[in-house]
Amino acid sequence: MEAEILVVDDSAAIRKILQRVLRQTGMAIGTIMEAGDGEEALAVLKTHKVHLVLTDINMPKMDGLQFLGRVKENADWVAIPVVMITTEGGETKVAEAVRLGAAGYVRKPFTADQIKEKLAGLLEPALPL
Amino acid sequence: MNVKDLIINCIQQSTLQVFSTMLGEELLLASVSTEGDTQDVRDGVVSFVGLAGSWAGTGSITCSPVLACKICAQMLMTEASSVNEEVLDAVAEITNMIIGNVKTDLEPHLGILGLSVPTVVYGHNFKARNAGHAEWVVVRFAWGDGLLTVKLSLTPDGAKAGEKGVHSAATLLGQPYALDV
Repeated sequence: MEAEILVVDDSAAIRKILQRVLRQTGMAIGTIMEAGDGEEALAVLKTHKVHLVLTDINMPKMDGLQFLGRVKENADWVAIPVVMITTEGGETKVAEAVRLGAAGYVRKPFTADQIKEKLAGLLEPALPL
Repeated sequence: MNVKDLIINCIQQSTLQVFSTMLGEELLLASVSTEGDTQDVRDGVVSFVGLAGSWAGTGSITCSPVLACKICAQMLMTEASSVNEEVLDAVAEITNMIIGNVKTDLEPHLGILGLSVPTVVYGHNFKARNAGHAEWVVVRFAWGDGLLTVKLSLTPDGAKAGEKGVHSAATLLGQPYALDV
């Protein structure tokens, strides 16, 4: 089974790079959906099956931490691993993301290997048997 | 080490790392200087990110339209012959990464800082100015025939002095500053 992934970032450039990097990992990845902020991402989750989310923190409208909080308070979405990908490397933001239930954290700039390493242990358990 | 030297080190390290990781390119340090708020009229692409907290200011990246297209082409592995939405977005994101990493590296010394969403401008005969009239640390990098300019202006926010996490020795940019580095 292939994993359905949601990429959330206000930068179209980063979404495009993540699309490419995810395909390069060689992992079983199906559709890669995109959202430009937390509000758009919640709309995607309401209408699509998603196995894993990669999200920026610093975004307009609804930022990544607010989005993460909404995902983790919803019984239907709480099991979806959410990985934060951001320049916000400060301890405060990281601690807040961990407290809210983030599954991992990758700091920009990132390499394909870093993304692959971070997703390796998350995608398999996220897929149904 | 003073705050100016710390900022120069952080800019240099962050810019080289972002270009190496995201674009697979090695930049060369061309010059380091400080500038006042009075700047020449210029053409090209300028991207800004605001910083706020114990210290406040602005980080910016300036380059020619040709270099902006080259950044986009290299970063997204796409063709970019003129400055369009994709080029501006790529420059904005590069700015976000460079200044964002500078911010993270400065925080252990200057206290917690917030980062705004980038704003990018492309035009001719424009002049940018900092309303605070603060001094800019300017670091230029050579990439082929082009120059990439990374600038940062930061001043202590007096209202935040004494708050938890704010370095009590935070002073003006060029003054000696006790750092545990």
